[in-house]
Amino acid sequence: MTVTAKGAARPSPAGLWRYRLDLKASPYLYIAPFFALFAVFGLFPLAFTAWVSTHEWSLLSDEHVFVGLGNYQALLTDPYFWNALANTISILLLATVPQLFAALLLAHLLTMRLRGQTFWRMGMLLPNVASVVAVAVIFSQLFGRDFGLVNWVLESLGAGRIDWQAGTASSHIAIAVMVAWKWTGYNALIYLAAMQAVPKEVYEAAHLDGASRLQQLFQVTVPMIRPTVVFTVIVSTIYGLQIFAEPQLFAGGGANGVTGGASRQFQTLTLYLYEHGFNRGFQFGYASAVAWTMFAVIVLVALLNYVFIRRIRSAS
Amino acid sequence: MTSPDLDLDPAPAGAGPGAAADSRRPDRSALPGRSGRRARARMRLLRERPGRLAYLTLVAVLFFSGFPLYYSVVVASRDNSALASVPPPVLPGANLVENVERVFATVPFGTALVNSVLVSAAVTASVVFFSTLAGFAFAKLSFKGAKGLLVAVVATMMVPVQLGVIPLYMLMIELEWTDTLWAVIAPGLVNAFGVFFMTQYLRGSLPGSLIESARVDGASTFRIFWQIVMPAARPAAVVLGVLTFLTAWNDYFWPLIVLSSPDRYTVQVALSSLSGGYVTDQSLVLTGTMLATLPLLAVFALLGKYMISGIMQGAVKG
Repeated sequence: MTVTAKGAARPSPAGLWRYRLDLKASPYLYIAPFFALFAVFGLFPLAFTAWVSTHEWSLLSDEHVFVGLGNYQALLTDPYFWNALANTISILLLATVPQLFAALLLAHLLTMRLRGQTFWRMGMLLPNVASVVAVAVIFSQLFGRDFGLVNWVLESLGAGRIDWQAGTASSHIAIAVMVAWKWTGYNALIYLAAMQAVPKEVYEAAHLDGASRLQQLFQVTVPMIRPTVVFTVIVSTIYGLQIFAEPQLFAGGGANGVTGGASRQFQTLTLYLYEHGFNRGFQFGYASAVAWTMFAVIVLVALLNYVFIRRIRSAS
Repeated sequence: MTSPDLDLDPAPAGAGPGAAADSRRPDRSALPGRSGRRARARMRLLRERPGRLAYLTLVAVLFFSGFPLYYSVVVASRDNSALASVPPPVLPGANLVENVERVFATVPFGTALVNSVLVSAAVTASVVFFSTLAGFAFAKLSFKGAKGLLVAVVATMMVPVQLGVIPLYMLMIELEWTDTLWAVIAPGLVNAFGVFFMTQYLRGSLPGSLIESARVDGASTFRIFWQIVMPAARPAAVVLGVLTFLTAWNDYFWPLIVLSSPDRYTVQVALSSLSGGYVTDQSLVLTGTMLATLPLLAVFALLGKYMISGIMQGAVKG
């Protein structure tokens, strides 16, 4: 909106000059701190990662030898890298897909005329308040092989104990549960907000057509809030691809934490990056190649999500 | 629920420019609206009364949400050997005080709490201030390139800056900030979400006429910011502040990398060092977890409704 100078009653020339300068320069001055700080501590490091990744660059030596795509070559031929990529995608899918479905259902419940709405909403958000470290520590206890509550329940139900940490699938499930526990309610609130913005006429029509509540959810509500669904899918994906604390602490810290279990059964990409960048002689060049590859994967997955969901839309 | 000072309604009576956005107001119950009454009456016809199954489901969800946190208290109040008993304990025991003392004896947990408070407070103050400043410029001042720059802000919300850790670490070495709290604070000083959030809020809630008349009175832009915009932004500042504080308090990856001396640890790093010992003492680790989470639960109990409205606001507009 434009602020007019009309009526800034006849000031002196110097005053007028100052007034003009204030009007012209202030906006830039006010947005400058954000852009400057973001550039220095956010964008520059990310971009510089690409440069470092083309070098043999270690903290222990002052010489940085240009190696071109050598680090990427080494990376792509390292089976541990592919292992980490597969683990990350597996955990991501296990955590995100059920989580977002559950969030949709919960949001649907919350749109009803409930008694004590704020109470239920707070209850949903409660897990999100705990830090990832706290979540990982608590669930590592719950999923413990010998004294974990989950195994005790399984056993008393007649099923056997599971060594959650030892297996590939079981460890991925345990980690996915941690992620889903923390984020389901959060996403439910986001969906709830979007659902409340859907015009009520749409439901009136569906109601008259005799659609059931569940039909309404998936055939009326979800298409109407599609931008929000796309948003949560992309954000969850970006988060999921960078999972770190959960697997690191699930292994109980120490050497196993860095490798994601004794046989790397749950080492994620960020753990792999951490292992090379900060745990094994500070191989900054190589770790940067990991980071930049992850960035490429994130952009790719975000694009795929976008295209995929657009195609679903045009198909229906 | 009434919360008079939580009026995030983007169109207070006669606000003008933001009124069009009113139909998208996300949360009808937490933000009792002046205009929402009729709409609510109509919704009543449509929205079913939830049945028993709905409440049962919600109770189950609540149980699963709360239980892990409750269980950490159970473990924290027990002797480590009690955990091996069959069936496992599900009620709190009597060892809490002793365990708390052991946590403080094992890692400098008090220092870590202070460090975390310092970092989170600094980050929150900075994010709220700079976001309000930039939000004011984007929402209420006209300048060349405003639109493009705002698009840039929104775009940066999606950028995974965590992937820049290596050059960021090198930068901290250059600045000689490694192993200091500055290194943890600096990357958190601004964030795109805050700027976007404040822009949206001020666009809807700050009447342009107020700014114009201040200009006529000869107020400088900064004076308008200080005396009109800052007070007007207070409700949104609380929301943004709570969300930012929580994120800063819970940050782990970067502090773990850049802090190396135990007396510089933030709470999360101290906690992970507790659990990384050779002999894992679960009651010790979970006591630490409980101590690290309790302040947040207190904040949540007091300000949880602001968080909810913040998340829902960000969702509809974002």
